[in-house]
Amino acid sequence: MNPYIANTPEETQEMLRTVGAKSIDELFGDIKPHHRPKSFNIPDGKSEFEVVKYFKRLSAQNATSLIYFLGGGYYDHYVPAAVGALISRGEFLTAYTPYQPECSQGTLQALYEYQSAICTLTQMDVANASLYEGGTALYEAAMMAVRITGRNKIIMDGGVSPIYRKILKSYTTNLDIEFQETPVVHGQSDRAQIKKILDKKTAAVILQNPNFFGAIDDHSDIIDEAHRLGALVVESVYPVSLGILKTPGEMGADIVTGEGQSLGLPLNFGGPYLGFMATKKEFVRKMPGRIVGQTVDAQGRRCFVNTLQAREQHIRREKATSNICTNVASCAVQSLIFMCLLGKEGLKELAQLNLDKAEFARLTLEKIKGIEVKRSSPTFNEFTVDLKTDASRVVAAMLKRGYAAGFPLGRYYKGMENYLLVTVTEKRTKDEILDFAKNLEEVLCN
Amino acid sequence: MEVVKDYLYTKEHEWIDIEGTTATIGITEYAQSALGDVTFVELPKIDTEVEQFEQLASVESVKAASDIFSPMSGKVIEVNKALESDPPLLNKSCYEEGWIAKIAISDIEEKSNLMTAAEYRKFLEGLEE
Amino acid sequence: MQLIFEQSVPGRQGFKMPVSDVPAKTQIADRYRRIKECAWPQVSELEVVRHFTKLSQLNFSVDSIFYPLGSCTMKYNPKFTEAVARLPGFADLHPLLAQLSDGESLAQGALKVLYDMDRFLSEITGMDDFTMQPLAGAHGELTGVMLIAAYHKAKGNKKKYIIIPDSAHGTNPASAATAGYDIISIPTKKDGTMDVEILKKKLNPDVAAVMLTCPDTLGIFNSDIDKIAEMVHNVDGLMYYDGANLNAILGRCRPGDLGFDVIHINLHKTFATPHGGGGPGAGPVGVKKRLSKYLPISRVVQRPNKTLFLDYDCPDSIGYTSSFYGNFAVILKAYAYILLLGKDGLTETSNHAVLNANYIMHRLKKYFTVPYERTCMHECVFSAAQQVEKGVHAIDIAKFLIDQGIHPPTVYFPMIVKEAMMVEPTETESKQAMDRFIDCMIKAADLAQRNPSMFKDLPITTPISRPDETKAARDVDCNFFFDTK
Repeated sequence: MNPYIANTPEETQEMLRTVGAKSIDELFGDIKPHHRPKSFNIPDGKSEFEVVKYFKRLSAQNATSLIYFLGGGYYDHYVPAAVGALISRGEFLTAYTPYQPECSQGTLQALYEYQSAICTLTQMDVANASLYEGGTALYEAAMMAVRITGRNKIIMDGGVSPIYRKILKSYTTNLDIEFQETPVVHGQSDRAQIKKILDKKTAAVILQNPNFFGAIDDHSDIIDEAHRLGALVVESVYPVSLGILKTPGEMGADIVTGEGQSLGLPLNFGGPYLGFMATKKEFVRKMPGRIVGQTVDAQGRRCFVNTLQAREQHIRREKATSNICTNVASCAVQSLIFMCLLGKEGLKELAQLNLDKAEFARLTLEKIKGIEVKRSSPTFNEFTVDLKTDASRVVAAMLKRGYAAGFPLGRYYKGMENYLLVTVTEKRTKDEILDFAKNLEEVLCN
Repeated sequence: MEVVKDYLYTKEHEWIDIEGTTATIGITEYAQSALGDVTFVELPKIDTEVEQFEQLASVESVKAASDIFSPMSGKVIEVNKALESDPPLLNKSCYEEGWIAKIAISDIEEKSNLMTAAEYRKFLEGLEE
Repeated sequence: MQLIFEQSVPGRQGFKMPVSDVPAKTQIADRYRRIKECAWPQVSELEVVRHFTKLSQLNFSVDSIFYPLGSCTMKYNPKFTEAVARLPGFADLHPLLAQLSDGESLAQGALKVLYDMDRFLSEITGMDDFTMQPLAGAHGELTGVMLIAAYHKAKGNKKKYIIIPDSAHGTNPASAATAGYDIISIPTKKDGTMDVEILKKKLNPDVAAVMLTCPDTLGIFNSDIDKIAEMVHNVDGLMYYDGANLNAILGRCRPGDLGFDVIHINLHKTFATPHGGGGPGAGPVGVKKRLSKYLPISRVVQRPNKTLFLDYDCPDSIGYTSSFYGNFAVILKAYAYILLLGKDGLTETSNHAVLNANYIMHRLKKYFTVPYERTCMHECVFSAAQQVEKGVHAIDIAKFLIDQGIHPPTVYFPMIVKEAMMVEPTETESKQAMDRFIDCMIKAADLAQRNPSMFKDLPITTPISRPDETKAARDVDCNFFFDTK
């Protein structure tokens, strides 16, 4: 039985009579007997009560009380209850892409506000209404730079998330794109090397701030040099850090992307997340994804519509700026609610709190024998430590003690097997940090 | 539908006005009316080399985007900057003020691949049937 | 309605931050610091709640009204699946946890969701293996085409083209082009099916794949589909199935059995996860065995002792196509939906989706042109051709429906039907809801004959009338702060 089907057997019969069919099977006449499924072994259905009970049990097989010092681009921030309550409203959740603006002003206005909130956060001119997630957004930005410049060389800073770098490589395997990776020196971009290989064939330099090791930077000089040679700069950013850190707009970046999970989205084991993208006004027509614009109705009242649709696949087909259709509209609205609750002062406070807690943790860990905290550059809420022993084994031991101690960098960087990336958000208390340090010390001594 | 007598035409509804070794290119009344209100014109870069019937520019309206093909081969020597700030010019005056680009023609013989005004008029009548 | 930024009052804040228990105010050198303040609004929590509650009420949604938007499968989204997705064991789980050594033991529940869905979707579609990674339908298409490219590359095939019917969704050619292929378009015949004769002519050894929906965009199931597959396979081309229309055939046939090699599914369509005003979706991709080794990194694999782990050792894989394991919460909701419905519930889904569409088609065919009159599957396409003679277009009828409190069908798609109106009622609508829609459509047809001019100013019941889209595209304003930046 399917509880979501309304029609009774009587109504079904009546409808079949209207249609002029004897049975439902008759309606499937185009599917010939030899097309029938070779098997369809799906278990029998269950009641809602039974299914929910099953999931309660299943979810308990996942960690539920770990204390996270694990980040790597995805952060354990607190999400105010109002965010979940508002985004769960069926009027937001069960609408579709706002193709009919007169009956979708709620979603459209919210997306316009979201775009504006992203623009002021990053200090850019224009933003789109979201892309899938930070990694695919960075790929879209790289391709956008290739389209704008008509060039095909991309310089990739080694401090960009290794996950993102892998995504870009997969997508460009069959395309005529040349990648040149530059290493990280003392935790920061190798600006000399980047400037050396920058040339008039370069479409874009891709940078990240803070970078994957947690180091913060001011990329203005690299950006100036890129512009001198007609190349663009794509900057991937961690939104919460922008409460304090110099914005990509202020550095002069051309395209900005990032992972918006930290703006009010649960970790959700990897998704759905929020890819955001912003750029300069002159590039707006080259930007992929949906864009909501302000206009007026027939009476001159302010209203909002999907605009610049001629760029998109449903009109341009194979010539579109991207193949993207569905994005993550509800995640964008969810992040907007979070940004509104925080406000400009809340953002500053949140960023400062993250910075202070991480600094406290850094100072605490520095006192432990056997740990060397990397100090070559300032950091935000993540920093790298050298454990002088295999970090992944230390992490495994710490899991048993209830801590996700960080991300072992050896997983993505050869030769960094002893390095651990430690993350501290506003959720970590002083006591948790001290206990974490104590446990880490014990594990290292054993 | 207005068709200018001395211009030559393509099946994709572009016109070309040849003056010696250079020529002015635009889109026809039929094309502008099919597109509707033009919202954006993407002009080629100066010095771009184009082949006959290859993409030269593109034009967008709210619900459509259309590539503009060059009626003849050549090198772009001038573009109509006015279209950047005033795209509706293309609707208002597609044969004059709304011209798109000027090229230095590289092969005058290519003109035999184009339609005269009379031929284009006939071509349009065929489309309406 | 006011923007939230226009409600901002200095000093207000909607969220209380914890008091810092560590030494405060770590300083960062000026050159690393933000110069201009961020202008997020300063509003109270109540103001935020009212603002977004009011905004939500400006939307039409499945929860409030009939939403027969063709090709989008706007069915009811069961509420219990939302509750399941909010369980802390799922919602608070860090994705990198499963990549730590021994970390997977703390994510077995989540990995089981992914593993079981791989099995279920394989069984439902007749494929051998699935990846949950793609984050939406178009993302699935791109992943699928990349798998096709990897397959041909490994075989040493130099293929250039992907064949797509002209009735296809725009994402098909866009995805194929994004992956580096040129497109060959195949026209539709008078009976609404793809012209197989032209396909035959266009098929050549340079064709990498043919991308099809089945039933197609016009809601028609092509009985020759297995023959088409054979033809394509004969030139070593692959068959790609766009699962947008899977809601029509659950339990009736399986793309894998019909000869398809690669398929994507839109979980936000067939498997009832909410569309969210345009996402997030999820677009898992399934393949036949010979393509399995190319699936994206990572794969969820079961050990002999039944524990699950993420396998990153996939040398032939096309690599990472997204950061993690797909839109996990969406996959989780779809999994819950499948468990509740079970085999019979899924079959009934398609039975009623198809009956409902045929019911609407039969009741309305006297009033609107049906371009391809034959039994349809889960959706039916009308043309407003008769109404256009009076100057009433599909978009005008759409606006009329909005005034009746009904979301319009998809209009102007598929592009090959003039003035198309594509109706997909889905299985979850009652006869009464559909009858009301039918009555409104009949009224629209009647008014189009008697009083066509009245349509021009519709809708009149909505907070705004028709927007000036030309102005929006000419004077682009997509950032409230642009002028003050």
